[in-house]
Amino acid sequence: MSEKVKVTIDGITVEVEPGISILNAARQIGGEVVPPAMCYYSKLEGSGGKCRTCLVKVSKGSEKDPRPMPKLVASCRTGVMDGMEVQNITSPEVIEARKGVVEMLLINHPLDCPICDQAGECHLQDLSYEHGLAKTRYDFERRTFEKIDIGDKIQLHMTRCILCYRCVYVADQITGNRVHGVLGRGDASEISTYIEKAIDNDFSGNVIDVCPVGALTDRTFRFKNRVWFTKPVDAHRDCPTCKGKVTLWYKGEEVLRVTGRKDQFGEVEDFICNTCRFDTKKTSEWVIEGPRNIANTSVISANHYETLRPLPVIQNDPILIEANKVEFERATKI
Amino acid sequence: MARKLLLEHINVPGIHTFDVYRKQGGYRSVEKALKSMSPDDVVEEVKKSGLRGRGGAGFPTGMKWSFLAKPEGKARYLVCNADESEPGTFKDRYLMTYIPHALIEGMIVSSFALGAKTSYIYVRGEMMPQIRILEKAIDEAKNAGFLGKNILGSGYDLELYVQPGGGAYICGEETALIESLEGKRGNPRIKPPFPAISGVWGCPTVVNNVESIAAVVPIINDGGDEYAKVGIGRSTGTKLISASGNLNKPGVYEIELGLPVEEFIYSDEYCGGIANGKRLKAVVAGGSSVPILPANLVLKTVSGESRLMSYESLAEGGFQSGSMMGSGGFIAFDEDQCIVRNTWNFSRFYHHESCGQCSPCREGTGWMEKVLHRLEYGHGKMSDIDLLVDVSKKIEGNTICPLGDAAAWPVASAIRHFRDEFEWHVSNPKEAMERNYGIGNYADPLPANEVPVAN
Amino acid sequence: MLRVTETEHVDFSSELLSKFGEIVKRYPEGKHKAALLPILHLVQAEYGWLSPASMERVAGYLDLKPIEVYEVATFYTMFFLRPQGKYVLEVCRTGPCCLVGAEKIMEHLENKLGVKEGEVTADGQFSWRGVECLAACGMGPVLQIGPEYTFHENLTSESVDQLLVDLKNKDLSI
Repeated sequence: MSEKVKVTIDGITVEVEPGISILNAARQIGGEVVPPAMCYYSKLEGSGGKCRTCLVKVSKGSEKDPRPMPKLVASCRTGVMDGMEVQNITSPEVIEARKGVVEMLLINHPLDCPICDQAGECHLQDLSYEHGLAKTRYDFERRTFEKIDIGDKIQLHMTRCILCYRCVYVADQITGNRVHGVLGRGDASEISTYIEKAIDNDFSGNVIDVCPVGALTDRTFRFKNRVWFTKPVDAHRDCPTCKGKVTLWYKGEEVLRVTGRKDQFGEVEDFICNTCRFDTKKTSEWVIEGPRNIANTSVISANHYETLRPLPVIQNDPILIEANKVEFERATKI
Repeated sequence: MARKLLLEHINVPGIHTFDVYRKQGGYRSVEKALKSMSPDDVVEEVKKSGLRGRGGAGFPTGMKWSFLAKPEGKARYLVCNADESEPGTFKDRYLMTYIPHALIEGMIVSSFALGAKTSYIYVRGEMMPQIRILEKAIDEAKNAGFLGKNILGSGYDLELYVQPGGGAYICGEETALIESLEGKRGNPRIKPPFPAISGVWGCPTVVNNVESIAAVVPIINDGGDEYAKVGIGRSTGTKLISASGNLNKPGVYEIELGLPVEEFIYSDEYCGGIANGKRLKAVVAGGSSVPILPANLVLKTVSGESRLMSYESLAEGGFQSGSMMGSGGFIAFDEDQCIVRNTWNFSRFYHHESCGQCSPCREGTGWMEKVLHRLEYGHGKMSDIDLLVDVSKKIEGNTICPLGDAAAWPVASAIRHFRDEFEWHVSNPKEAMERNYGIGNYADPLPANEVPVAN
Repeated sequence: MLRVTETEHVDFSSELLSKFGEIVKRYPEGKHKAALLPILHLVQAEYGWLSPASMERVAGYLDLKPIEVYEVATFYTMFFLRPQGKYVLEVCRTGPCCLVGAEKIMEHLENKLGVKEGEVTADGQFSWRGVECLAACGMGPVLQIGPEYTFHENLTSESVDQLLVDLKNKDLSI
């Protein structure tokens, strides 16, 4: 193993593998210093760099060459150097630029969250909540497209797309038979198959999971329920095509949809096959593992049973355990 | 007459043919380089010459060459950027049309210096006639033994091909050009890695502008030191300036860097003054991307000195009161021109040419165009002006490639220097539809020792 | 998205295919995708536009997925995705040309041909459109005429009229 390098992000120093990106170094720290990412996806090669939400300021290039980088850089595609110092939320410049990016992403995005299946697990929703403005300065007509069914399981609602290219990378790298891509250019770019074609292969459903917004949605779940009314449960099965490790989304006794298991950064742990996703929706077909951990900042947790669990820092410190005794008891009761 | 290094023989009849070009001393630099110099010697001469990239960025060519990685067993490529598309710039078209062998000759010497065995000239697709001209010139050079196997018995092999683009300004950006050459959409790559490490097909690659490559010929013929004597300061050599707009004699001129802007506009040797006896209102000095300047600031810097046609002098004053040399696209506006309309026009251009890959540029260029359109067509708001400044700031510096900056600067600078005219469009919308604002005080002498108010 | 479900069959002539073969040789082995743009130009010159069928055929020739060809063809402005007139007149509409009257030339052309930008005349002979900077700013206004891309500079209403007469009378070639 090569020697680790030290990188400091917002004043927090961490030792990481050389060559990894600033974003991934920040993810090792966790919490607020992690820049948001709308297009980068660690499991998709070549992704990232496009949405510009993860811009950070490199105030010191490295121990060897301490000069700061002249412009803000995309943290997802900039490698760490030993001694590098990065400012994310501690840089007003970054905050301002990010605000700008969020505004740009929203000017042509429909504000149709009330009727969008992605609402509640939409990265753009989270991003605008955290970094955006309460109102828009854009008063022109927004770009719209017709909804298209690409096959009987997936719907493409291009109007909502932010052109992150993730679905294109999935098709290229996971399915090996890409029939859709980015057509046109500039703000007329669109995700399309050009001539009408169904996207159909064993892993095509993963485009739904990687889509950060509601542009690619699961037709079998369409308008069935709001995600925050459903209960995510981890389950697995012996699947000949994929690892079969999924999250089942329950409403009462019924499985409304099946997705990959998404981590705290919204990335799936494993890509799953279409059979698991679309055609295996009976509890009897799965081995249930237990409730899925959902970040307590997510709206999905609003109806969730795990939010009161005391933070790890409290669990490990005897003084804090004593001080939070009441909290502890309440949490364990539930 | 000033010294000409590139266009010395431009008026010789038949100079576009190999025979005439050769008779005028053409291909001497190939003989010299291949027979008496090592590749490193050639790089050294170019370094000494101080030649700066003529495509717009002005990065020292010799230094760019010396960055080229030379891993064992990997091909290296030289790609000529002939995707000339910057509004205001048409020097490369001129050079390729009338003296194509200057480019071919430069390509051979440069390829030799970089150790490239295959080189490409990426010509914008619209220039089909120039593509045909270059292909013919390549055939002629090949027949004469200057291309192909074992050139002039030196043991050096080189194949040279012309690659057409498909119509996309963004392919003038070197990594977009490389993507396009590989047969893909012209989406700029995220750097690093830089082309010098990983360019065409992952191999070390140098991308140079047509004029930069052609300038290698006189550098090798006369030596880098001789070349560096021409020009002024760090702006060495001669530069092709594309002059357009409301001038008596628009066209391509080879100037010695350091020529006063005033002389360039008004002397009979160059543009011969403003057309139709009108007055000069504004100038875009280096292609549409660079900041526009009002007449008074383009002729003199704020310190009252004559502004010169050089990288440094044009940039003097920074974004407050200066501009840039860029690609040398010199656009002159007479007193009847509307700056708001032109800014909208440029903005439409960048909106049209944005590749759409990264969000600030994809969304921001369209937004700016729409706001400018509204201002030009009589239904803008006073707040639109500050909105434009803010949107341009949100794009600038936050994009993958320089197109974002290129789209932001013309808008920001137009408002910086011509705010009166923008405000007039808002407060007198009807009048603005019928007539133009006129010259205002944009040609007035600069107040002594007073820095113009900036935003 | 183009609403096309069935595409007609296209067969390239052996002459065209041999031109493709020459182009592919310009690139190192395995890098034949680089031939895509030059080949699309040849196909367009032959058929006047790029039909889905012809693009699919190009994909087959270069061993690419059809979407790779569509992605490229829709990115670049020179490729026509719909049939055009026999002659396509493209007038530069960018700043420097507008300073010297490009907008008037476009207006004149629209009136003269009687069709709007992007439309084809009833006889199928002409279509026209404004395009971005053609890099001939000092000679503006300018227009180019596809498929040969002959170039015409310093335009006036009269010279445009003459150009149209010439085109009607004979096939222009470079």
